[in-house]
Amino acid sequence: MNSKVKLDDLNVHFGGTHAVKGVDIDFPANSVTAIIGPSGCGKSTVLRAINRMHDMTPGAQVSGRILLDDTDIYGRGIDPVAIRRKIGMVFQKPNPFPAMSIYDNVIAGYKLNGRTRRDEADEIVESSLQRVALWDEVKDRLKSNAMELSGGQQQRLCIARTIAVRPEVILMDEPASALDPLSTLKIEELIEELKERYTIIIVTHNMQQAARVSDVTAFFYLGELIECGVTKKLFTTPDKKQTEDYITGRFG
Amino acid sequence: MEREHFSKQYDAELNIIREKLLEMGGKVEVMLVNAMKALEERDTALAERTIAFDHEINSLEMEIDDHCLEVLARRQPAGRDLRFITLAFKIVTDLERIGDQCAAIAKRARELNAEPPLKPYIDMPRMAHYAIGMVKEALDSFVRGDDELAVKVCKDDEFVDQLNEQIQRELLTFMIEDPSTISRAIKVNHVSKCIERIADHATNVAEMVIFMVKGKDIRHTIA
Repeated sequence: MNSKVKLDDLNVHFGGTHAVKGVDIDFPANSVTAIIGPSGCGKSTVLRAINRMHDMTPGAQVSGRILLDDTDIYGRGIDPVAIRRKIGMVFQKPNPFPAMSIYDNVIAGYKLNGRTRRDEADEIVESSLQRVALWDEVKDRLKSNAMELSGGQQQRLCIARTIAVRPEVILMDEPASALDPLSTLKIEELIEELKERYTIIIVTHNMQQAARVSDVTAFFYLGELIECGVTKKLFTTPDKKQTEDYITGRFG
Repeated sequence: MEREHFSKQYDAELNIIREKLLEMGGKVEVMLVNAMKALEERDTALAERTIAFDHEINSLEMEIDDHCLEVLARRQPAGRDLRFITLAFKIVTDLERIGDQCAAIAKRARELNAEPPLKPYIDMPRMAHYAIGMVKEALDSFVRGDDELAVKVCKDDEFVDQLNEQIQRELLTFMIEDPSTISRAIKVNHVSKCIERIADHATNVAEMVIFMVKGKDIRHTIA
């Protein structure tokens, strides 16, 4: 499989803390890679490094290279805002803009690119909502406040907002951890569908979820990448004992 | 040393399955010993008891399957726990079939005991001795996670196959020389085939132990 995102000796420091230690990973294009590991293992730190979110964290220092296709996103002259358009992010808790309608939430990111024609905006809103399977549920109330939606619908709205700007990569930081089981299943089904168009990297605490949705799984421990491989193999016959002990619930 | 799960209850559930499998393994060993004794010593009462004993093996099969299903549903095992449960499902089937073969040997013993002896049994007890050893070692390798012992079991199967072929040839000679022995020879032949199948089931268990320990599937790779 072609690599879409490649981490090359990635290190992240927060002051004196070495949070991510010399990580090398290839994230294959049009596939789902799950990052798992116990709390504090560095998985969210890695995810945030991939769309330069540490740029704004005082004391954070990122070294090594992160290649999006062949471009180092930390390279000289690279605009982080442009990178974030190509690499979208979905967070743990649904975060629609509270004062905006459903329609405006979806188109908000796209509008930042400049003026948009009304018919073009309508088309983007509809296709984005359809792609996250929310269109039929909200098409008659697009002007309603987004906060009126359920938690699961809000999270799908946030994913629609992310894909409305036509990213190439979607990062998901525990996107279903605040949702009920049915909404979680809808998000998981959506992830499966989205990978046809996007490269998805998901951080999850839920190992069964990682096993269900991902093609490749990476296991982190204490800031180091312990093992990365095809999900089926990692969850049945992992190469490393640490991985085996973690996935079988013997530590973590 | 193997770590324990965070959940002691989970460890306990896996231990119950392990212990039940061993209990079942021990019972099929006894069944095979008794079936062969019933044949060699022409003890029809023992043959009857051995045939009746098969229902205990069948009950254990259902009980272990039930435990395995519950662990699958409640724990969603991964890694070596998943391999263990998968293995338990398969071992239990092999042990149940060994029980069926033992019951079949006992049935043939019951029939043969009603007729004059065909010949003294020499190679057949040797073959059964090996098969019993294989079943025992396959279960020991499972308990200890001993893949080297499991490899030995797989290799021993070749010897049992050779003995079976030897017995088949011998019986063929009997039948050619004296057609009146055909009926009894076919029954003895069936016993030999049953023992050979028991050794095959022990080999299946051993191959699965290797998968459990090493994560490597060696089925159909040993010629």
